[in-house]
Amino acid sequence: MPVKIYIPCDTTALAMGADEVAKTVEFQSREAGLSADIIRNGSRGLFYLEPLVEVATARGRIAFGPVEPEDVPGLIETLMEHGDVFEGKHPLYLGLTEEIPYLARQQRLTFARAGIIDPFSIADYQAHDGFEGLKRALALIDSAGPQGIVDEVKNSGLRGRGGAAFPTGIKWQTVLDTPAEQKYIVCNADEGDSGTFADRLLMEADPFTLIEGMIIAGLAVGANQGYIYLRSEYPQADKILNQAIKTAYAQGYLGKNIQGSGQHFDLEVRLGAGAYICGEETSLLESLEGKRGLVRAKPPLPAIEGLFGLPTIVNNVISLASVPVILAKGGDYYRDYGMGRSRGTLPVQLAGNIKQGGLVELAFGETLHNLVFDFGGGTFSGKPAKAIQVGGPLGAYLPQAQWHTPLDYEAFAANNAVLGHGGVVVFDTSVDMAKQARFAMEFCKIESCGKCTPCRIGSVRGVEVIDKIISHDNQEQNLELLNDLCDTMELGSLCAMGGMTPYPVRSVIEHFSGDLLKTVTGNEQQE
Amino acid sequence: MTKLSEQQYQVVVKSVADKKALPGALLPILHDIQDQLGYIPKAAIDIIAAGLKQTAAEIYGVISFYHHFRLDKPGNHLVEICRAEACQAMGSEALEQEIKSKLGIDYHQTSKDNNVSLEPVYCLGNCACGPSVKVGERVYGRMSGEKFSQLMDKLSTYVVELGQGENHAS
Ligand SMILES: Cc1cc2nc3c(=O)[nH]c(=O)nc-3n(C[C@H](O)[C@H](O)[C@H](O)COP(=O)(O)O)c2cc1C
Ligand code: SF4
Ligand code: FES
Repeated sequence: MPVKIYIPCDTTALAMGADEVAKTVEFQSREAGLSADIIRNGSRGLFYLEPLVEVATARGRIAFGPVEPEDVPGLIETLMEHGDVFEGKHPLYLGLTEEIPYLARQQRLTFARAGIIDPFSIADYQAHDGFEGLKRALALIDSAGPQGIVDEVKNSGLRGRGGAAFPTGIKWQTVLDTPAEQKYIVCNADEGDSGTFADRLLMEADPFTLIEGMIIAGLAVGANQGYIYLRSEYPQADKILNQAIKTAYAQGYLGKNIQGSGQHFDLEVRLGAGAYICGEETSLLESLEGKRGLVRAKPPLPAIEGLFGLPTIVNNVISLASVPVILAKGGDYYRDYGMGRSRGTLPVQLAGNIKQGGLVELAFGETLHNLVFDFGGGTFSGKPAKAIQVGGPLGAYLPQAQWHTPLDYEAFAANNAVLGHGGVVVFDTSVDMAKQARFAMEFCKIESCGKCTPCRIGSVRGVEVIDKIISHDNQEQNLELLNDLCDTMELGSLCAMGGMTPYPVRSVIEHFSGDLLKTVTGNEQQE
Repeated sequence: MTKLSEQQYQVVVKSVADKKALPGALLPILHDIQDQLGYIPKAAIDIIAAGLKQTAAEIYGVISFYHHFRLDKPGNHLVEICRAEACQAMGSEALEQEIKSKLGIDYHQTSKDNNVSLEPVYCLGNCACGPSVKVGERVYGRMSGEKFSQLMDKLSTYVVELGQGENHAS
């Protein structure tokens, strides 16, 4: 029997050379007369170990990493010589993948299959409990109607993972209760936040989970058309999703009469075009309609007047991909994870200046400190950490004093911070926080949709004022002006782009004023 | 406005015809044209507008709103450097300066030899292994000035070879 060798094909594994490794493994095993079956799985999300090569053995899958092409001949040699028992015989040997502490200590519900299965194989998906949630949803439709599905999602306590943390079940209820000829399910796969890659990883490692979640959403509210609005920066996810959708059609999971149930659901991927604001749900809908991505005033809510003016669910990738496990195992099962009003698990993304970056899925409640220092192993540079930005470009920079905050929507709000999409970006002491505050305004200036003045003009002024502060031009007055400007943006903006840009800026004023005012107060940057 | 070549004209007309029945067809049409031609020639705007029964100003307004769409022809390689926070934390600012000076161009410009066009990008989803750079469809992690030079050397050799191949064929 050929030996099964797994080499991931997700964006990060590829960015670290996985294709070159796969080619070398293919060539070298042929040379060595080893019969190998190379499977391009998704990544487990242990990005600091990519390319992570796994070999299937009787004991389970054994991991090696990070593997470079020049490591391959030695690896193949070890494999030939020691077969199943090459324990410790290779410097890159990591033991059983499932026992690597970074992975073993996680609570994977949504990402349970990521990196385990071949994302191109529906059979592999089915063999790992795929479509169990859909089966249950179809049974619920027969016994309790669509309301039965919505109730299960409500019961799970799932809140949207895209940032605003709105209860998913309640959104679905509104769409279910709004009568219309046509309704839509729109998956927000715009994932524009820096430091986030959970959506991408899910789509690349386990695309059928998202497809299953969207079918269930369609059944729950009576929508037979779905769109995945995917950012154009993710070509690999585009390729994998389209392939998976094609397979799902061929196997009768999409289209008319899904698995003989008489239900109908169509699904299509639509690409964005490099505009951060198109992650905002109303702007996303405008973009899907073929327009400039200008934010719409709410109300009306998209749940009532969404895509083409019809009732629409807009949910994040992770929200939708969490639905299959909720249906398969029951709302209670999911709800039993977490703390307070934050139920279930949160896929945290460890990024920036971090030694062991990657995806960590855990029940809400873990502290930022444990994530960054236990899982993450501290900074990549080895210098002390200075600031941690959580929740993307509109999220606050947290100083050391706040690193023991548990990951929970309310606990973060109490610190004037946000969890957002769960992106954690670590900065070491070489960072100049004044520059980070300036960048927050600059980013808003570049990405503002332009519809309202506080954001469009405020961000331009914001950059200017911070520049003045940095160059010690009337520092005190300009700092006051900056605070005023933040108030105006926060209170006067139509959406959270302008409304939240003050979060990172204010966190710098509050916690890192030394950097902002350095030469005047005589504070040298602490190294 | 320069006129479309015959081949460009065919691509534009076919894209519009293939996709105009889609709900919200404009972005799929623009993507299709840019994927095939590398950019959206200005002369294509009137054809798209006519096909979708919209005004040229509306089409232009959409193209200009999105950073991804371009109205000018890019060089052989589109290089995008991630400028977002996670990459900043890994020194992307210095990398940007280094790459710009190596190529002798700033963002939104194309090198004199037409080999490279440079664009900023805000996150490629590779934030655990930054700084990140994208060349064409491919993302590269842990990028450094030195690694970038090697990459460019490889890519230019490839283009020269490809160029010769094309000459032979014609
Ligand atoms: C400026 C801005 C950018 C956003 N970007 C995203 C995004 O990239 N992905 C996402 O899922 N939600 C994003 N959101 C949140 C969406 O507007 C919306 O709340 C979300 O898609 C709802 O899905 P959920 O309930 O499943 O979270 C953004 C919001 C704002 C204001
Ligand atoms: S706050 Fe900014 S992005 Fe949001 S609607 Fe206003 S201008 Fe547009
Ligand atoms: S911030 Fe650069 S890849 Fe995400």
